[in-house]
Order: sequence, then structure tokens, then C-alpha cells
Amino acid sequence: MHIPDGFIDAPTSLTAGAVSAGGLTVCLRRSAEVLEEKQAPLAGLVAAFIFAVQMLNFPVAAGTSGHLLGGVLAAVLVGPYLGALCVSVVVVVQALLFADGGLSALGLNVLNMALIGAFAGYGVFVLARRLLPATRNGIAAASGVAALVSVVLASVAFTLEYAAGGTGGASLGRVAGAMVGVHLLIGIGEALITALTVSTVLAVRPDLVHGAVGRLAAPASSGDRVPAAVAGG
Amino acid sequence: MPRSPQKTRMRLGLFIGLGLAVALALAFFVGPSASSQPDGLNRVAIDEGFADQQTAHATEDSPLAGYGVEGVDDDRTSTGLAGVIGVAVTFAVVGGGVLGLRQIARRRSPSGAGPQHGPQHGSEPA
Repeated sequence: MHIPDGFIDAPTSLTAGAVSAGGLTVCLRRSAEVLEEKQAPLAGLVAAFIFAVQMLNFPVAAGTSGHLLGGVLAAVLVGPYLGALCVSVVVVVQALLFADGGLSALGLNVLNMALIGAFAGYGVFVLARRLLPATRNGIAAASGVAALVSVVLASVAFTLEYAAGGTGGASLGRVAGAMVGVHLLIGIGEALITALTVSTVLAVRPDLVHGAVGRLAAPASSGDRVPAAVAGG
Repeated sequence: MPRSPQKTRMRLGLFIGLGLAVALALAFFVGPSASSQPDGLNRVAIDEGFADQQTAHATEDSPLAGYGVEGVDDDRTSTGLAGVIGVAVTFAVVGGGVLGLRQIARRRSPSGAGPQHGPQHGSEPA
């Protein structure tokens, strides 16, 4: 969902840039307050993994591909503030080094993929987690649901940005319908990748999953395992 | 406290190492096989007629532009190498950034009121 230069006009791009800068500042501040040393390599890994998987475009329809955005994956693993920072760095590295995503569109892309992805996505995750069992599978499923919704929300965000300052004069209704439609499909891919990855981390180091800390039900026998997790989910 | 009879959890270093290995392998070996079809947004732009509004990218002359390494002739190797570089750079920037952020935070609260004990990762929405 990388917006290239030229699709969205300057005032809208600048506004998005200001919003993103503000949002990232908040993320930096909130993250700084609670960082533990082990989170440096963990956050690095989250970002590096998302960069790698974002390269892996998968077909979703005739002549169309999709790729992971990663906002929910990052937020569930390292929390929304640090998660948004991880995805932002991915987006910036892509724009600067790989010419993927316009430089003038950086604010838009950070807003859509990192901020909306991580925060709106995490909000959905928290809701879904309440409705699902407090097990590893429940957490993984909640991540998947949130991931799907986050991708659709990001596509809605683009549609709104296009409404505000889009170039080319395309029909808003058609753009909206097409964007949401294709991103429902892409969201399914995002959901599967996110749930699978979260599930894997939960299996080996559940303590590294921010979205699971303190949320997994204790086993019937007194908890020896760190942290307490239901065997078999 | 009695030692747990369960197997001890994977060391952090091993976890990070394995994770990075997976990321690098995905970028190098699977990256070149990724679909080259336009992604959802670009597809919509093409179908709805605003794709030609795209303007030139400021860093399109970067040696890594388009996920290829300038000077490497084989397409697959070029893409794979670009991916590996991207994974490494991203890891370094975020890892280093978090360490730096932590330093700044600690310097700002010399009383040692930095990270709390226990696995806190920032407040969550209610």
C-alpha cells in the first residue's frame, strides 16, 4: 500500500506528514519511558522481519498482488508505540533506499501503515482478545482478526486522503469500492501471516509477545513455566 | 525457588538469531519469487485512471532502487541481495535506535526512574 509521489497533492501530503511526525513523537516518548534492554534486539527483529515479509508480494486477484503491512504484528509483539516505530522505520528505509513509496508521500505512508496499522489494529486486537479464549490460539486468532481489519482501515484511510487531495480525477465511489475490495483479500493474507507468526513466537517465547503478557490463563497445576500458559492452547 | 521440571525457555540470543536468519532467508530466497503484479493500490490506480499521475522518485537513482543491487547482473541474486541489505539496515537502525532511546530516557531521569521492574511494555488501551 505504498503511495507513490504524485497521487496525493502537496497540502494533503504535508498535513499527513505533520500528523505522522506528531504521532511518532508520542510513540518515541511513550516507548522511552518503559524500554528494557532486551527490547532493542527484539524491536530490531520485528522491524527486520516485517521488511523481509513486505517484499513477498502474493497474488490476490487477476493482475493484482498484496503484501503484509505489519502494523498489528508489530503492535502485538512489542506494543503499539514501539510497533508503530518499527513499521515507520521499515517505511522510511523503503522510501529512501529502495525508492518504494514516494518521499513526498512518506507522511501518508507512515500514517496509513505504521500509525493506523499499529494503533487502530491494536485496538481491534484488544477487543477481539476479550471475545476469544485466553489461550495461545485465542491470542493468535485475535491478532489475525485485527490484522485483517487494520488493512481494510488503511485502505479506507487512503480513500479519504484521495478524497481530500487525490490527483487524476478518479471517481471516489469507485476508488473506495475497489480499494476496500482488494484490501479485504490482502487482509486475509495479512491475517494468516500475522496469526502464524504470533503463534510461533507464543510457542517458543510467549513472554516476548506484548499482547499476551498477563493474558494467558494459568495452568491447573501451580505455574512453574514462565510465564503461565495453557499447554496446547 | 525449586527449579521447574519443564524445559527452560529458548535463550533470547538464540531466538533473535533464528528470527534474523528466517528474515534474511525469506528476503534472499523467496524475495525474488515474489509476485511482480502491481499491488492493490497500484491496481486501483491503473483501473481508475490515476496511475499516470505518478511522478519520478527522488531517489530512483539509488543503487538499491527497485529492490535490486546495481551492478549485480543476475536478477534473482540482485533482488535477494537488496533484500538482505534492507533486512540488515532495518535491524541495525531499529536496534540501535531503541538503545539510543533508552540512553536518552535514562539520562533524563537520573534518579533511576527508568524502566519499571517486570515485563511492562507501555500502557495498553483499557
